[in-house]
Amino acid sequence: MCEECRELVDPKEVKLEEVFAKYKNSKGALIPILQEAQEIYGYLPEHVLKLISQATRLPVAKIYGVATFYAQFRLTPIGRNVISMCLGTACHVRGGAKVLEAIEKEAQVKDGQTSEDGRFTLEIVNCIGACGLAPVISINSNVHGKLVAEQIPEILAQYE
Amino acid sequence: MSVEGKKQVFICAGTGCVSSGADKVVKKLEEEVKRQNLEDKIQLIPTGCRGFCEQGPTLVVEPSKKFYRQVQPEDIPEIVEKELGKGESIEKFFYVDPNTDQIVNSYEDICFFSKQTRISLHNCGFIDPTKIEDYLERGGYEGLKKALSMDPEKIIEEVKSSGLRGRGGAGFSTGLKWSLCKATPSDKKYVICNADEGDPGAFMDRGLLEGDPHSIIEGMLIGAYAIGADEGYVYVRAEYPLAIENLQIAIKQAEEKNLLGKNILGSDFSFKLHISAGAGAFVCGEETALMASIEGERGMPRVRPPFPAQKGLWGKPTNINNVETWSNIPHILRNGAEWYAQYGTEKSKGTKIFALTGKVNNTGLVEVPMGMTLREIIFEIGGGIQGGNKFKDVQIGGPSGGCLPEEMLDLAVDYETLTEAGAMVGSGGLVIMDETTCMVDIAKFFVNFSQAESCGKCTPCREGNKRMWEMLERITKGEGELEDLDKLEQLALTIKETSLCGLGQNAPNPVLATLKYFRDEFVEHIEDKKCRAGACQDLLTYRIDPDKCKRCSICARNCPVNCITGDKNTPYVIDEEACIKCGACMERCKFDAVLLV
Repeated sequence: MCEECRELVDPKEVKLEEVFAKYKNSKGALIPILQEAQEIYGYLPEHVLKLISQATRLPVAKIYGVATFYAQFRLTPIGRNVISMCLGTACHVRGGAKVLEAIEKEAQVKDGQTSEDGRFTLEIVNCIGACGLAPVISINSNVHGKLVAEQIPEILAQYE
Repeated sequence: MSVEGKKQVFICAGTGCVSSGADKVVKKLEEEVKRQNLEDKIQLIPTGCRGFCEQGPTLVVEPSKKFYRQVQPEDIPEIVEKELGKGESIEKFFYVDPNTDQIVNSYEDICFFSKQTRISLHNCGFIDPTKIEDYLERGGYEGLKKALSMDPEKIIEEVKSSGLRGRGGAGFSTGLKWSLCKATPSDKKYVICNADEGDPGAFMDRGLLEGDPHSIIEGMLIGAYAIGADEGYVYVRAEYPLAIENLQIAIKQAEEKNLLGKNILGSDFSFKLHISAGAGAFVCGEETALMASIEGERGMPRVRPPFPAQKGLWGKPTNINNVETWSNIPHILRNGAEWYAQYGTEKSKGTKIFALTGKVNNTGLVEVPMGMTLREIIFEIGGGIQGGNKFKDVQIGGPSGGCLPEEMLDLAVDYETLTEAGAMVGSGGLVIMDETTCMVDIAKFFVNFSQAESCGKCTPCREGNKRMWEMLERITKGEGELEDLDKLEQLALTIKETSLCGLGQNAPNPVLATLKYFRDEFVEHIEDKKCRAGACQDLLTYRIDPDKCKRCSICARNCPVNCITGDKNTPYVIDEEACIKCGACMERCKFDAVLLV
């Protein structure tokens, strides 16, 4: 490949091609492919779904069907930090709603949305399995437990 | 693992303790031990979840068995100097029994641990889960070795006579399940570990995968050998990154030691194990939906029969068991069916792990023999209710289970007794609730969960749960009618009878159980427009007690709709018509003058 052409290649697409190669002969690889594609792009843009369709020889409609069935997949871009607010039973009983309110206020986001400055995406989840420390949130997979609403501004300040 | 003459420090590094700061504690410990030149005398072992999440981060010092709790990085220099250097106890870190106020220094004397019987959790908190040597040292893979010398039929007989039943919720005999799969002739069979632990309030599978992943692998190997399978999957939810990581490490180590792969330990038996990471769908805990998900489809259940034992993953006979079920298998093989069956009741043998959460003092993971009463679990192991509040009910088995009131606390926990009472063992989540919990709100909470997680395939579950939620929403808003209660009950029973899979069939359980035991609360919401727990916002009225009001004006300044008036001379008053019931005034008032009536 000549130097000029090299610059035209999208590095993300190169990574995606590697994922396709890895799962080339595996059965039922659609979900791991979607997971790894989302890892690369942060979400699943339409053109990526089309590329996956070409690689897996599955109709886009089917891929869309799978992507929308599972909570993990996102079809819109996300913020720099993803806040997962747990509202499972233990967190519900121990006052998770108050913590949620504080997050909505502090980060200026609602469930499923991304803040205008792109700093936070908020999602409500059912249980992250840290019930012993309810109420909990997880930000970019860091779990913060035994929360009270007053702690939220300080915690969010750690994530730029 | 053990080194002569060295003091060992076990640091819980499960998800719970890490979120309380355990990773920083580990780092600081390493630094301090080095700084104080104690490296030759101290061995640090980060472990999986020891279960006592409430008190995390925790340290256990062996051989003295001293249990240090709520340890923060800044406490480490003192602990290293006194406890690890000189062997002096530091009392302020010891557990205080909430019932007797006594200071307890050894974990063996803490009720939370002493009342447990740990079989599945045998290694959790006692080994470094990323080291296969630790597992081997505690008898790991002995069960597999024994199994490989046995006739597969004999293994199934052994599991059958141990009385082990599925720990995922349904309670089907594990041995029988295996024999059904074995009996189906096929050139290819699969075994699957169901680690799609979706019940809010349950985290025993996470604890096991993080803390003792080899026990799951060993259990699956024994099962696969007995059934005649050569390939397996562990379907783990993506929300458990540490569990997936530890399992990956464990699989790699087992492969290196020829415990996985071709001709395992020189036998004819070969087995390949994959991890399949779920993508977030509660319904995938149902076995046919789980298999659809591994196949790369939408995780929707299908009609049974054919059962997975006949036609499972990719149309081949498949045996699916839950994480906890698999983790019991090595112990049964190693110690014998008779040994296992000594624990438990006549029909429910062995032990069960419960996740104790909610308004209880000692939250965490506990493993007890089947047949222990709820009262013992909640008040002895759990140390009673937080803040000295009054117990109201316990929710057992997550959104598929039910709640039981005080008068049912002396029930022995086993599959039949709980089902009869209108709850279920389920996956083993025990969420304790006190007087501040509203039972109508809880019923609504669970129905909301189930309707959101319904896959939409069958109408009773998709539509029925939504309609139940709407009715409950009306009741919590004070717009319900008494007839709604009969309608709710009728709809609940219809959904139960006509839904396709376990999600729909069990989704109405929380409604039926709350209606059975707490009907008066529903009636109160409808007739008196009152929520005694103070949880249903629309039914509350905020008032200011004029005698307690110090006229500081903080409530009026924080009211978002400016409906509080008053001045230096007259006590503040809330305009009930304009009030949006946000509770800001109550939160801000320093004199407890704002009341909910």
